[in-house]
Amino acid sequence: MGMTAVEKIFSKHTGKDVRAGEFVFANVDLVLSNDITSPLTVEQFKKIGAKTVFDKDKIALVPDHFTPNKDVQSASNSKLLRGFAREHGITHYYEIGRMGIEHALLPEEGLTLPGDLIVGADSHTCTYGAAGALGIGIGSTDAAVAMATGKLWFRVPETIKFVFSGKLRPWVGGKDLVLAAISEIGVDGARYMAIEFSGAAIRELSMDGRFTMCNMAVEAGAKTAFIEPDEKTIEYVKPKAKKAFVPEVSDPDAHFAQEIRVDVDDMEPLVACPSSPANVKPVSELRGISVDQVVIGSCTNGRLEDLKIAASVLKGKKVHPHVRMIVIPATQRVYKDALKEGLVEIFLDAGAAFSTPTCGPCLGGHMGVLAEGEKAISTTNRNFIGRMGHPKSEVYLANPAVTAASGVLGRIGSPEEVLS
Amino acid sequence: MKIEGRVWKFGRDVDTDAVIPAKYLNLQDPKELGRHCMENIRPDFAKSAKPGDIVVAEENFGCGSSREHAPLALKGLGISCVIAKSFARIFFRNCVNIGLPILEAPEAVDAVGDGDELSVDLESGTIEDVTSGLKFKASPMPRLAKEIAEAGGLIEYAKQHLL
Repeated sequence: MGMTAVEKIFSKHTGKDVRAGEFVFANVDLVLSNDITSPLTVEQFKKIGAKTVFDKDKIALVPDHFTPNKDVQSASNSKLLRGFAREHGITHYYEIGRMGIEHALLPEEGLTLPGDLIVGADSHTCTYGAAGALGIGIGSTDAAVAMATGKLWFRVPETIKFVFSGKLRPWVGGKDLVLAAISEIGVDGARYMAIEFSGAAIRELSMDGRFTMCNMAVEAGAKTAFIEPDEKTIEYVKPKAKKAFVPEVSDPDAHFAQEIRVDVDDMEPLVACPSSPANVKPVSELRGISVDQVVIGSCTNGRLEDLKIAASVLKGKKVHPHVRMIVIPATQRVYKDALKEGLVEIFLDAGAAFSTPTCGPCLGGHMGVLAEGEKAISTTNRNFIGRMGHPKSEVYLANPAVTAASGVLGRIGSPEEVLS
Repeated sequence: MKIEGRVWKFGRDVDTDAVIPAKYLNLQDPKELGRHCMENIRPDFAKSAKPGDIVVAEENFGCGSSREHAPLALKGLGISCVIAKSFARIFFRNCVNIGLPILEAPEAVDAVGDGDELSVDLESGTIEDVTSGLKFKASPMPRLAKEIAEAGGLIEYAKQHLL
């Protein structure tokens, strides 16, 4: 019996052939932590009694959640993270003004390479599967142990394979495919398991679209997500890579826990309604719902392609008078490219706010918190109760084109309605 | 070890944003976090829960964010264990790592009502509903998770085995 890519990568990092279901201690290639998970990590790291980190080049610290700091407490946490980075000489520490949202930043920096095993104290670490790496979300204590020892405990997961066949219609992208997958299996459909996305529609997707898909796999409960590295992947990672890498792919006779086929030919843009990422409906069924706020950004859809798509809908249009639109590039590089390509001007002319990179509104942190009774449509990843602010506010999740169009319409709607 | 307490029953897919809203994630003290535990979905919980009380929930408890603040908030409030039909992955390992007992026991979840008094033997995984007199057995923990929990959490385990 062949092996899945996930089993192969775990085998490589444990030094023996391991199969789904086995509990192992594996060596990790990179440990990530951010400004909300790091304070606990630092506290736990001290308790272990290790004098130094296992490898100062294999740790990434990114203050991105409550930054630029929203209050004194958040500033103290960032100070703690910064202090730890300096004390241990952490190579990959990213200061405000030079940073980005972690899951967009690390691939951009060439730190998520095919065949790597990466752990991050953030659930969306699964994003890195689009680069052929295994990205696994962990807690702060996990991160502390991984930083001290370079090792962590895992259960090697089974893999669910999604095969997306057909050709995507205009304005349908990675976000719609992953919402389709989550609604197919539910928010715990891939609990303790990995998801491999494959098929003709995935091969057609850009790297940005693939990152969006792997990013949201955790909303189906997945431990990690994976897309087989192809020419597009190699073309993306090679110029950025700081070390050699060996891509892994699933054997043709590998055992998958489940194989799910989805034909995308007739798929229209999808929207996840409150309060579950699995509560998915086609955009055409939601046209009557008015919105107060629109957010374009986050580790899910704040990359350059996302901003380009949003700008193509907004060009020459105005944000509806009753709507606040917030656009947040995921990284400084995305910010700069958006400036260069004239996207920022389009957003500003439309009447949108354009921000420095931050996770802010996605988790109801800052810069876009909702009041009681307000509704938002957002390119972010979660619409749980109170996710973006007041427990009686509501969040709808959609792709950048639908989100931008809804900002112009003042209600949920499709790009065709704006552009016709 | 035996635990006794009142049941606080929750539904399925209780996410970690519900357990502790993101606006409190700039805090780390378990007691402070505990004061806001579940406030968006059950505002009376943090005010009324007593040390020893037990959270019982349907499937996929702790889904969503990886925030370790969620199990810490429960622990800070004095919740003695969480019993659910199933747990989200990161929440499960966070509990093992910080030493908050968790038990998967679908039949117990179906039978136990909000406000019931439970007696739980963590060693044997026996759950007794003192109110109804019914007894249940939790699914056994994976061996490695059990070893980590028995060491007192991942930090102690790492000190003994990984350094």
